[in-house]
Amino acid sequence: MPEHTFRVNGEQVTVDVADDVRLLWVLRDILGITGPKYGCGVNVCKACTSHLNGVAVSPCAIPVGELRPADEVTTIEGLAATVGRELHPMQQAWLDQDVVQCGYCQPGQIMAAVDLVRRAAAQGRAITDADLDSLRNICRCGTYFRIREAIKAGARNM
Amino acid sequence: MSEHIGRRRFLGYVLAAPTLVTAAELSLAPASAAVPSAEITELLDLNDLMTVAALPTSGLISVAVNADGTVSFALPRAEVGQGITTSSAMLIAEELSVPLSRVRITLADARPELLFNQLTGGSNTTIATYTPIRVAAAIARSRLLQAAAGVLGAAPGDLTLAAGVVTDRSGRGVDIGALAQRAASAQTGQVAVELTPRESFTVIGRPTNRIDALEAVTGRKKFAMDLAVPGALPTMVCRPPTINGKVGSVANLAEVRAMAGVTDVVTIATGVAVRAQTFGQCIDAVRALRVTWRAGTAEGKSDASVLRELELAEIPLGLRPPTPVVEGKFTFHFRSNGAVEPNCAIADVRADRAEIWSALKSPIVAQETIAARLGLPVGRVTVHVAEGGGSFGRKLFFDAALEAAEVSQRIGKPVKLMWHRADDFRQGRAHPMATSRVRIAYLGDAVLSYTQRHTSVATDLGHGLGEIITAFAAQLPVGDIGFAETFFQLSQNMPYEFGLNSRLLSEVDKGFNTGSMRNVYSPDVACARELMVDQLAARRGRDPYQMRRAYLRDDRAKAVLEKVAQVGNWGRAMPAGMAQGIAFHAEYKSVSAALVEIDCRPETVNRPIRDGVAGPRVTRVVFAVDVGLAVNPRGLEAQMMGGIMDGIALALTSGLHLRDGYFLESSWDNYFYTRQWNTPPDLKIIVMPSTSENPGGAGELGVAASVAAVACAYGRATGVMPTTFPINHATLSFVPKPTVPPIPASPIDGATAAR
Repeated sequence: MPEHTFRVNGEQVTVDVADDVRLLWVLRDILGITGPKYGCGVNVCKACTSHLNGVAVSPCAIPVGELRPADEVTTIEGLAATVGRELHPMQQAWLDQDVVQCGYCQPGQIMAAVDLVRRAAAQGRAITDADLDSLRNICRCGTYFRIREAIKAGARNM
Repeated sequence: MSEHIGRRRFLGYVLAAPTLVTAAELSLAPASAAVPSAEITELLDLNDLMTVAALPTSGLISVAVNADGTVSFALPRAEVGQGITTSSAMLIAEELSVPLSRVRITLADARPELLFNQLTGGSNTTIATYTPIRVAAAIARSRLLQAAAGVLGAAPGDLTLAAGVVTDRSGRGVDIGALAQRAASAQTGQVAVELTPRESFTVIGRPTNRIDALEAVTGRKKFAMDLAVPGALPTMVCRPPTINGKVGSVANLAEVRAMAGVTDVVTIATGVAVRAQTFGQCIDAVRALRVTWRAGTAEGKSDASVLRELELAEIPLGLRPPTPVVEGKFTFHFRSNGAVEPNCAIADVRADRAEIWSALKSPIVAQETIAARLGLPVGRVTVHVAEGGGSFGRKLFFDAALEAAEVSQRIGKPVKLMWHRADDFRQGRAHPMATSRVRIAYLGDAVLSYTQRHTSVATDLGHGLGEIITAFAAQLPVGDIGFAETFFQLSQNMPYEFGLNSRLLSEVDKGFNTGSMRNVYSPDVACARELMVDQLAARRGRDPYQMRRAYLRDDRAKAVLEKVAQVGNWGRAMPAGMAQGIAFHAEYKSVSAALVEIDCRPETVNRPIRDGVAGPRVTRVVFAVDVGLAVNPRGLEAQMMGGIMDGIALALTSGLHLRDGYFLESSWDNYFYTRQWNTPPDLKIIVMPSTSENPGGAGELGVAASVAAVACAYGRATGVMPTTFPINHATLSFVPKPTVPPIPASPIDGATAAR
């Protein structure tokens, strides 16, 4: 089987698996990185949202063969290290607002939130209600309102 | 047992153990002084029944103080997001005077000796465990003080226990960890203890963040599919194209067995199971299977045909009285109770034993059923309760655990079995389709009678709650009726002084995979009721809020309604196409009221949403709740928030479409649960000051008043009372995916279309 080399949370990894296996299963089933969750497998629910070279992606819909050795995958487990802290400001905001209920979708929610704030910042503007409405991550516990409050708070500290 | 022997004195146990272990029996919470009346639920509601059921049979729950100064408790309930590990830790922290951070809550394995007392449902956890957990913790506290007296050479009465340290009057202190062995007992014995009075609480009633939040936001929280069980490889099932179809034959078993990563392919009761190195390879293999299917249990059925079945089963409203009446009929379509974590379980079945890991709200029934299926004694089947990624009623059942056990036994290997999302919608359990008919008779200012006839596709209650009810039904003041009707009668009440009232349930068609969804019958029953209250107000020219207030039966009920009206500025002027709605619901010994503002203007309804439903926007919700005694107001607010989002979904967007014997929905972009673009940007939840010594239920409470208030607001904004839910059901807002193969291919646009 082909070998694939790329970086995950700051470390280089090599996996031996078919090209078309999606990144989510490489992370979860082969590398044992279980923060990104399965919720649909068709790039809809966003529970697996992680970052590829700093940009939000859906690992359930990325064939591992697309990754190159220099590509950096950041999962929720590696988010804090990207700012050299115990917790990323968005994770801290999630704790402060007590967002989590069951917690299953929350790694994806946090990774999507960080990406949203970065995009707004790149455009030199603050987060708007329309930005928050554009988030597609589903939360069946219905934590949406606290998510909105946490993103606004987290953005102030990013 | 921890029987009540005084105002605050209870009996519990100290257990023989090397470290301090104290215990209490799960027992009847102190009874409320209910005055007999026409309302069954004031004499005895579902929670009383569940608590009573526990009495003669329940085993002990125990609190252990460890040498490292931590305190351990294995909660015999399932945490699925409702926050009961946090609230249970708070009860222990209160009575034991230890910091919350020192309390370790785990979920107990299935304990068959607990019989009915390990079922998480009916919003009963806090009601049933509030006293016993505190009794065990309080006994631990008194033992620690006695042990410290020996160490410090002081009388126990001269010692204080605070923040996990016992201190004497000179200021010398000893940590409870250092006392844990000294405080232990060589024999098991009964101990009397006094509980902390409510006015002295420092932890209970204080808004507290969840104890598992850090684990969750760092990705370290482990759900069933995150557990590393040696050899348990990913497993999925190729399922039939119609509900409960059966495997006829498989044309290409050998070919699929040879696919990359695949280790096993085997036919089971529900389909063809595939085990592989990764779930991705399971998906590919499931799609490659060529299976001939036999008919299912809902063959050829559709929304329209089920509606006809319901109409034939409807119990008449009775002779129409000679007085004026308002009447209405409402239809509630099938809805999915699936969580974001799909049905899943790990099973390791050997010749003489089995081990299961899954988020299970009825683990004892699961254990007994799995043991019977495997042909093993119950004692040889260990069932671990994993943290659940949501439940909403779904995890009362154990469909995936039963399948995983079957597959593991057939192939002789451990499996990590997960349903694909498409399976979860199409073959997973659904809240049944129902109609509800209401008649209210009135004359002048008096309301003479309220009649409601609820007709539903049968709800499967075969998860243990049914057994509780069956066992006790004969003793109930409702006559000899089946447990669905009993459940209905016990969970519904009439909060208004509407004269004679009569509610009946009739059920048809057991061909669907059903289960109760969060709040069971109440969202539909209350939605119909509250819409008709609005109709009655309109007919009589009265204000919907003022009329509800005038007829509500008790002061707690009036207080929450008045609170939302005041905070929400009821009656404020709004533009055409926008309106307020208000509704009330009481259940689980709690009361709740919702005020909703909705925007039904065309520019809002038709706002562009990619692959989703826009529709009316709920712009504001004010919600007031009184659960008697709120153990954790922050957690209670969270539960109401979730209930509100459910209510919005049920009223406006969330339904399953049945056609040709299967549900068309197969993804979260087909089944439109509330998303960010449906979320009210303005949300205020008010936890009323405690009105009781005892907590009521909360986990399901928020749904009924919310769905009703959204429906009432929609009716007032559009001028047309909605009668079919969700309101958008007639419009199919997506292109259904094929049923063969049963699950969709994995896309490849994850890097470019993630947002």
